[in-house]
Amino acid sequence: MKEIAIVQGFENNLDSRNRKGIIWHVLFQASTIVGIIALIALMLNVIDSAFGYVAYEARMDPDSLTVDGIPVEDQSKDQLVALLQSTLSSGAYNKLDNETLFVDRSREEVFQLVVERIIRPKIVQVWKFWPSLTRSDEIRATVTREYPKAELDFVSWLTYDFVTRPQTSEPLTAGVRTAVLGSLWTILFTILLAFPLGVGAAIYLEEYASENWFNRIIQTNINNLAGVPSIVYGILGLAIFVRALERFTSGKMFGIVNLTSENGRTVLSAGLTLGLLVLPIIIINAQEAIRAVPRSLRNASFGVGATKWQTVWSHMLPNALPGILTGTILAISRAIGETAPLVVVGASTAISFDPSSPFSKFTTLPIQIYQWTSRPQEEFRSLAAASILVLLVLLLSLNASAVLLRNRFSRRF
Amino acid sequence: MAELTVKNLEKKASTISLRRKPRWGETIIQGLLFFSGFFSIFITLGIVYELGKEALLFFQMPGVDLLATLTTTEWKPHVNKFGIWPLLTSTLMTTLIAMAIAIPLGMGVAVYLSEYAIPKVRSTLKPILEILAGIPTIVYGYFALTFMTPLLREIFGKDVVQIYNTGSAGLVMGILILPLISSMTEDALSAVPRSLREAAYAMGATKLEVALQIVVPAALSGIAAAIIVGISRAVGETMIVAVAAGAGPNFTFSPFIGAETITGHIVRISGGDLSYDSIDYNSIFALGLFLFIITLVLNIISQAIVRRFREVYE
Amino acid sequence: MALNNNFDQKYIIETRNLDIYYGSFKAVAGVNMRVERNAITAIIGPSGCGKSTLLRAFNRMNELYADTSIEGEVTFSGQDIYARDVDPVEVRYRIGMVFQKPNPFPKSIYENIAWTARIHGYKGNMDELVENSLRQAALWDEVKDKLKQSGLSLSGGQQQRLCIARALSIKPEVILMDEPASALDPIATLKIEELMQDLKQNYTIVIVTHNMQQAARASDYTAMMMLTNGESRSGTVIEFDETNIIFTRPKDKRTEDYVTGRFG
Ligand SMILES: Nc1ncnc2c1ncn2[C@@H]1O[C@H](COP(=O)(O)OP(=O)(O)OP(=O)(O)O)[C@@H](O)[C@H]1O
Ligand SMILES: [Mg+2]
Repeated sequence: MKEIAIVQGFENNLDSRNRKGIIWHVLFQASTIVGIIALIALMLNVIDSAFGYVAYEARMDPDSLTVDGIPVEDQSKDQLVALLQSTLSSGAYNKLDNETLFVDRSREEVFQLVVERIIRPKIVQVWKFWPSLTRSDEIRATVTREYPKAELDFVSWLTYDFVTRPQTSEPLTAGVRTAVLGSLWTILFTILLAFPLGVGAAIYLEEYASENWFNRIIQTNINNLAGVPSIVYGILGLAIFVRALERFTSGKMFGIVNLTSENGRTVLSAGLTLGLLVLPIIIINAQEAIRAVPRSLRNASFGVGATKWQTVWSHMLPNALPGILTGTILAISRAIGETAPLVVVGASTAISFDPSSPFSKFTTLPIQIYQWTSRPQEEFRSLAAASILVLLVLLLSLNASAVLLRNRFSRRF
Repeated sequence: MAELTVKNLEKKASTISLRRKPRWGETIIQGLLFFSGFFSIFITLGIVYELGKEALLFFQMPGVDLLATLTTTEWKPHVNKFGIWPLLTSTLMTTLIAMAIAIPLGMGVAVYLSEYAIPKVRSTLKPILEILAGIPTIVYGYFALTFMTPLLREIFGKDVVQIYNTGSAGLVMGILILPLISSMTEDALSAVPRSLREAAYAMGATKLEVALQIVVPAALSGIAAAIIVGISRAVGETMIVAVAAGAGPNFTFSPFIGAETITGHIVRISGGDLSYDSIDYNSIFALGLFLFIITLVLNIISQAIVRRFREVYE
Repeated sequence: MALNNNFDQKYIIETRNLDIYYGSFKAVAGVNMRVERNAITAIIGPSGCGKSTLLRAFNRMNELYADTSIEGEVTFSGQDIYARDVDPVEVRYRIGMVFQKPNPFPKSIYENIAWTARIHGYKGNMDELVENSLRQAALWDEVKDKLKQSGLSLSGGQQQRLCIARALSIKPEVILMDEPASALDPIATLKIEELMQDLKQNYTIVIVTHNMQQAARASDYTAMMMLTNGESRSGTVIEFDETNIIFTRPKDKRTEDYVTGRFG
């Protein structure tokens, strides 16, 4: 057979072809592996910063607080309150008492206050997770040599307390409660704006709009809006919600005088801005979900004399709803991770009180990460890493619920 | 019961009318739905109007002039120099580096997933890439600053690579855009009809020949669309460059030197409390409008390509 | 593939106890069949009995579907094409295939043929090869002035002949055709049939067809396939003989019913 082939002018080139095939196969596979490695590197890099040794010095030596031979960490609540009262200025003490009465605070909370206000630990150096694991002896030696007064502790920056504490400027006591609540408040208004409008627009385009130039423009416009960079939405939000609608977004219109924010840089503005941002995504996802409902179902409903809205409301929507919700959840998780538009809209840099109304100043989790990442000190990087983990857990649970929803209802047809 | 029904029917028959009845509920709902559909037009109009208005004000400010903006290479607001080139070159640099990573890798991943991977492998790998696509960009920014930059400085030397540099931002942006390109490309590849692959295999083509010489050319327009969307995404990407590329416009083509991109500049300028009608305030609108136009043109081109591509196979 | 002379030169493809599976479903069972060199062999039978499946097993096209496997043996010129060291690319180079729906590459008419020859390392005069292949497929006169046009711009019948030309360009020894004329009108069908008669001189052809007249007119041998009545519902060859015997005095009652249209 070989002989015949050569006579015909064909060369037996199979070996080289197969060799080439293998080389490219490896290349294609390698690209995929690079992607996976990048993901792993990204996760490990975050985890690496979120745990590790911290050396810190107390501004006031805890030993000096020992009373009757009882070290400060073992003292009773009353002793600790007395300590606070005697050490802090009376103004500061009364302010704390006004926030929450000392009688209502637990011993742990009071002890926390003693640490924050009196002992006031100051970080002198932090180590990442990997060196903390592999070179712990060396680290100990460094600390005893260079910071003889310092304590060395292995800490997890991500703790339950980290999630429930408000933001402060002290890395050891800072938390993300303010930011998490800010994110949730913001998202609330995002959903309130984008969900009804998005689903309405999708129903209009799929069920009502006839095929003409006007509706084609609407559809093209939506597709284009989905590709507009998020920062442009931020600029739009700044112009419309923060500035033009300031009376509304700052609450002045409703006679609400907010001490914390007298301008439109509020939770409400942020939420509405993100609402505009995710609206096209919600519309496109909802359209897909609606299109997946079989035509025959609609015909069946029309066939028994139902009106259009009756058909949409009682047949199309119930069947499309899981898909619509899944798409909305995915859009919302996009909104939760957005940073740039909120910086432009005017997220506040350092606020430590929780948002309490639509007209509060705000910070959000990604903003908090941005701020901490931008600080040069290692300990703030660690805080950023811990907040990234909080953010990723939040997004992961949202996505998981979307997947569950999809799997639960997807085998309908 | 039966009697009742008969009676009803009789009544119905005697007053039968097929005329259109006004259904107010339906009309109101239809109006609301129409409003929802139309709302997106308001967003576009709002963007064009607000950005256009403020951008116009910007160019009317003393010392600002469109020609100088487009031709000079210094952006120094405090001395009234608004040459866009330093912002533009760093945007180009990061985009270029990102695409140099994302295009080959994204295509490789797409070809691997659609032509080589067995279904089981594909169904495990695809969600992983989706995770990559779902991570917020600020996290990528963190990754660029705390991982990629130290890595580059390790490789090329600390005195060569600055702490902030466009190279690290661009590389990480490439990783961010990789899943976008790979999933769009994979969609295009799997839209190529099976019969075409069979034709090639039946002629004794190897897997590689089928993939690269038959399937990829047949999906070329879809792939082009994916690349254009990727570019548009890179141009508008903000947080990675804001964190890692550097603060301060810098007219340079070195990937190792800090330089602010258009988006990075907007974020930094608006980070403080920006006072209305200041020159900085107006300048971000001009820059925003510029970004909007670039990305809009790119998106329109990509959609036009995709539409033509669909027509070929449907 | 090394030459092996221990086989009957008369038969080019032979199967022994061939079973073909899709996953755990046995689509074709126990086929023993010998395809004669330089003859036209038709495979007929009701829809779903596994004709395409059997045909695809002759050049290992089945592997392109997920989760397929075979048991038994298929030999080509005496060699087991499913042996471990056999490259399916090599098999398909020698056993070409034409499909039910014409599937030209979205390239020019010229490139459709040139690409196919080029991947197999053709070094000769390409223009000549393209012309020869198109002539053999009786398409040359219709397309000689528009070789640069896309193959997709041709009519269905022309596209199918382009696909045949493409298959012929690499000079395979066998051409498998799966209902090559079913998407075509009667005139185009007739052209394909005439073409097959010409090609018979140099090639072996195996054709699957639903058209009884076509099988009777065009083929030398006919294999009759049918679903077995057992639980597994696998398809098998129930009768294989010269075409005129199958159509005039078949041994199997089911064959007779089928070819005379009394089936089902
Ligand atoms: N890719 C596949 N995966 C699973 N089962 C398949 C596949 N292709 C065919 N089958 C099954 O194998 C059996 C035989 O199919 P095949 O296509 O070979 O029949 P056929 O005789 O060619 O029918 P037709 O005349 O309709 O083309 C059928 O039961 C079919 O459902
Ligand atoms: Mg068939």
